[in-house]
Amino acid sequence: MDELYRDYILDHYKRPRNFGTLEPHDLEAHDHNPLCGDELGVHIRVEDGKVAELRFHGQGCAISQASASIASEELIGMPVEQIGSLDADWVVDLLGISISPTRRKCALLSLKVTRGAATGDASWPE
Amino acid sequence: MAPFATSLDVRADFPLFDRGLAYLDSAATSQKPREVIEAMDSYYRCSNANVHRGVYKLAQEATDLFEGARERVARFAGSEAATTIFTRNATEAINLVAYAWGREHVGEGDEVLITQMEHHSNIVPWQMLCSERGATLRYLHVSDEGLLSLEELDEVLAEGRVKLVSVVHVSNVLGTVNPVAEIAARARAAGAVSVIDGSQAMPQMAVDVAEIGADFYAWTGHKALGPTGIGVLHGRRELLESMRPFLGGGDMIASVGFDSSTYNELPWKFEAGTSAIAEGVGLGAAIDYLDRIGMGTVRAHERDLTHYTLERLGEIDGLRTFGPGDLDVRGGVVSFEVDGIHPHDLAELCDREGVCIRSGHHCAQPLMRELGVPATARASFHVYNNHEDVDRLAEALKGAREVFGL
Repeated sequence: MDELYRDYILDHYKRPRNFGTLEPHDLEAHDHNPLCGDELGVHIRVEDGKVAELRFHGQGCAISQASASIASEELIGMPVEQIGSLDADWVVDLLGISISPTRRKCALLSLKVTRGAATGDASWPE
Repeated sequence: MAPFATSLDVRADFPLFDRGLAYLDSAATSQKPREVIEAMDSYYRCSNANVHRGVYKLAQEATDLFEGARERVARFAGSEAATTIFTRNATEAINLVAYAWGREHVGEGDEVLITQMEHHSNIVPWQMLCSERGATLRYLHVSDEGLLSLEELDEVLAEGRVKLVSVVHVSNVLGTVNPVAEIAARARAAGAVSVIDGSQAMPQMAVDVAEIGADFYAWTGHKALGPTGIGVLHGRRELLESMRPFLGGGDMIASVGFDSSTYNELPWKFEAGTSAIAEGVGLGAAIDYLDRIGMGTVRAHERDLTHYTLERLGEIDGLRTFGPGDLDVRGGVVSFEVDGIHPHDLAELCDREGVCIRSGHHCAQPLMRELGVPATARASFHVYNNHEDVDRLAEALKGAREVFGL
């Protein structure tokens, strides 16, 4: 089996979970990776301070799309204030594959937009 | 001209290929032949001094090497030394025109006309100029075949507001070879100045800037087997003489007083500060190398590789190529996409097989939007490539489809 394109990564890429738009929503953000043109947006509906529903939308490579899909399953139910403290390792560990420096931004784009929606901090996660 | 296989086999001249790579990204930058590397090495070892200054022999030797390179570069391009300005790259050459000509002649209500297939380097300087001067930036459309329409050009010019037309000679995404002599002639007839971005053209075909007749022609050394850090702007003498300098500093002046200065003659008026001397020498060596092969042979070789690539990629299910089908108007670039696999993932899987292709927007985001894709994969060629490189690409792409379960 391929070390990067593992079955579950390709499964999330081809059948991404929690993709689409959400109307109405309470939080949103949209961003892109200037290196490759990948783009991703997020809509979040908040209930009792927690992520009640979340949808990603956009287009990109297998790593960026799978990262969003896998992260979405963890993010639903999470207190919104906890999102700001998530870091790069959180996503990389969730992906479960080793990410080369050239693909790092692909993997981190989903967390970048989610943190942007939750906290307004649009910087790249470290 | 039918596609035909050439017997060009010069890979051994390029030390990097000791790594065994199928390098298919020459539209981004070319590899360098040994004699370019050696010319620069030898310059630093044996002849290094600042140019245009010292009276000692060493300084004269450095000046002769640098100015000798300029003369050969000028001859190679069908220009002359006085109107051949060394810049950092094609981007700086275009910015020079936008700054030194554009700011003096483009004003409120005027228009600058470019095309949808431009590289960012031939978009952003004009956006900056237009926003500063209250002018409008307009774009000629690109057809589904990847071609421009001269009729549309005529229509826009006939409106009478265009002050400057800037067009790419060979597209770095589509490979389209644009009819730049026609475009320059029509611009002139309409009273507009013309600029051609020849970054992809000069490295792969015989270009005679005098014959093309544009007012400015910009290109860069590193795509033409030369080093990075040196580009070229050929300009029409009357325009260059009437223009204000671009950057101020040493070397570009005739005399400096406390309040004002008089400027040096062409081409040095536009070359402030110490030049990229070793890079100029390296570019001279690259031109000598290309001259020896002959640009007709270079073009035939790239045409053959493009033909073979279109044929091999045509075998792959779900693969779509972009750009003109007619090889007479197409250079050595093939952009493509594969259904179900993002270009980024294609490039990663090709890399595992030692095949270097580009993925992304190729610094042409407006064109990507026009093509309706977020990104493409791209293979591009130069003299050192061969059919085996293309075979390796085709196999790597088939392997990528297997990894993705397609």
